[in-house]
Amino acid sequence: QLSPFRFTVKRLFSTSHSSVDSKEMKKFQLLAHKWWDEEGEFSALHSMNDIRVPFIRDSLLNMSSNYHLGNPLAGVKILDVGCGGGLLSEPLGRLGASVTGIDPLEDNIRTADQHKSFDPVLAKRIQYKSSSLEEIVEESMETFDVIVASEVVEHVADLEMFIKCCSQVLKPEGSLFITTINKTQLSYVLGIVVAEKIIGIVPEGTHEWEKFVPPEELERLLEANGFSVKAVNGMLYNPLSGSWSWMESTSINYAVHAVKSGAQGQSSPTDTPSEMESEQPSATV
Amino acid sequence: TSLVMAAVCCRGLLSPFCGRLRAGPRARLRSVATASPPLYDVVVSGGGMVGSAMAAALGHDIHFHGKKIALLEAGPRKEYGRVPDSYSNRVSSISPGSATLLSSFGAWDHVCSLRLKPFRRMQVWDACSEAMIVFEKDDLDDMGYIVENDVIMSALTKQLDAVADRVEVFYRSRAVGYTWPLPSHSCDTSPWVQIELADGRRLQTKLLIGADGHNSVVRKEAKIKNVEHRYDQSAVVATLHLSEATDNNVAWQRFLPTGPIALLPLSDTASSLVWSTSHEHASELLSMDEESFVDSINSAFWSNVNHSDFIDTAGFFFFSAIALLRPSGTAVRQLPPSVAEVDPESRAMFPLGMGHATEYVQHRVALIGDAAHRVHPLAGQGVNLGFGDIACLAHHLSAAAFNGSDLGSLKHLLKFETERQRHNVSLIAATDVLKRLYSTRLAPLVLLRTWGLQATNALPPVKVRI
Repeated sequence: QLSPFRFTVKRLFSTSHSSVDSKEMKKFQLLAHKWWDEEGEFSALHSMNDIRVPFIRDSLLNMSSNYHLGNPLAGVKILDVGCGGGLLSEPLGRLGASVTGIDPLEDNIRTADQHKSFDPVLAKRIQYKSSSLEEIVEESMETFDVIVASEVVEHVADLEMFIKCCSQVLKPEGSLFITTINKTQLSYVLGIVVAEKIIGIVPEGTHEWEKFVPPEELERLLEANGFSVKAVNGMLYNPLSGSWSWMESTSINYAVHAVKSGAQGQSSPTDTPSEMESEQPSATV
Repeated sequence: TSLVMAAVCCRGLLSPFCGRLRAGPRARLRSVATASPPLYDVVVSGGGMVGSAMAAALGHDIHFHGKKIALLEAGPRKEYGRVPDSYSNRVSSISPGSATLLSSFGAWDHVCSLRLKPFRRMQVWDACSEAMIVFEKDDLDDMGYIVENDVIMSALTKQLDAVADRVEVFYRSRAVGYTWPLPSHSCDTSPWVQIELADGRRLQTKLLIGADGHNSVVRKEAKIKNVEHRYDQSAVVATLHLSEATDNNVAWQRFLPTGPIALLPLSDTASSLVWSTSHEHASELLSMDEESFVDSINSAFWSNVNHSDFIDTAGFFFFSAIALLRPSGTAVRQLPPSVAEVDPESRAMFPLGMGHATEYVQHRVALIGDAAHRVHPLAGQGVNLGFGDIACLAHHLSAAAFNGSDLGSLKHLLKFETERQRHNVSLIAATDVLKRLYSTRLAPLVLLRTWGLQATNALPPVKVRI
């Protein structure tokens, strides 16, 4: 089964409590052990790694002047919000990062824990917690270098709250990576009508078009909450080849890289003079 | 089977654990709590030229820093400080592409400092006619290199030593059993390939690369079907000394009805013999005295006993037609050197066959070299195909490592398989066809191949593709 869009738990973030829709929970309980079937329900998410991992990796390498051969993300602390079965946490861990993966569904965390347990290197580098983002804010103020929220924000009730929480747990000048779905006629036709109602590759009712987030809206909220948006790239899924690619237009899926402004509100790292670039060894082969 | 039952049951349960079910013989290993065998990122089974080069290529790859690689070799360590005076009778023709691969991890320098012979020209001709084809590079580059297999092994061993912190070589170790994981594990069975060695030691790996030759155990255990065919031919090899010193930068091959005979230059005074012929003739050649052996070789290259007037005339007319239409399309025929003596005890023979695996890859398994494809030596391509496999697989694994992917994932392994099968199948098929075409004296086929050879010689675009 091919699903161009990930269906995940709908998390409702509110100022006073975080509640999770129990109907959604039940649906994903059945799927909790299917995460790691590369040809199964989550195959599109597996193949999304082919573009989102290089996107994260290269954005971070471009910003830093350290490069450890074989472990390009060594020393980087990453928070994977809505990590599911750990599909994105594991490659980031293999690249050397210390990853904390959180997901409100316990079964997802169990699957993720079990999958990483066989690889001693990953078992050490990745920690999973069954939790919502708000629940960890207090103990994790300004702890992480990077937050990744991939295929999550289209399920969040209060997006501004979510972004504020991200800002709180991120270190100054830390990076936030988001991948999500645009709110356009095209995304309605392809994402809901075709995917859910016609071909049926996404269970009906998984996505609510009302919750989709246009990039302009996301950018506005990010900039209003202390982030500087560095890159917005459109993504395209080809159901025939089962692979993702970058595209100019953000009308369906897209990815965003934003950087939290520094402690004194100084300019972002990419504005620093070219001497930093000349010090970096080339990251690509 | 119990395996299928276990797989079905595993998926049917709602809980991510199916702890009480053990999958059948496929995944014997229990939970991680018991002392697990050491886990490697890549294990290469087979430490011949191709296996060792694969391990060395990965060991020197920048994206493999910090990864653990193991190489399993049944034989002892092969290396020498300086070359022995006599030549080994097992040599390979190394293409410029293979030389590039070897130099990418520093092995080619060692080869050059030990011993090798570049050649500039290849002359291939028929015993039943005057038809001939010459391969030559217009520029001053070498067409290829004749290198003793021991020299290549020594160079590879040195480069493996250089990355000993990443590549662990197990000499005198033979793998006797492999246990494969289920493709998408949702149970608490190990997702890695389990390897059992003859001495009882066990290893685990995320990716197993089978480089264990044409009788590959990895391929058999993985139940990969192999299309194979034994030729009714054996190859006789020997080290020969020429009658007189010469530039000796030409590789010679003549197609006799019984099989091709080739003379590959080793030095100004020595050449290596590769003579593919029937099993009986091969045994005869090995048992005859040295003088008769040398006579047979010279006669094979020089005698015209297989010519027939009809073919000669037909060939001559075609040749003149070409000379008229494409004056540059005919080349000067050179005469191969004559042989004076053979190195005592350098004569040996081995049977020939062809083989091609229907799949090169499976979940967590990849085949390279003769384990994937076996070819007749008439085209001098055997080890070059293996080195080509290495260049392709190392490229894909390097990219996968830089993306943080699971190294044993079929996604990138299939890319390797597609690329290499596309390249290899046509070459192996063509070699097989050539072998059969040249194994006959029948006039129509001889005429066909005579004209074919002459035409090919006259047409640069076709020659360049070869």
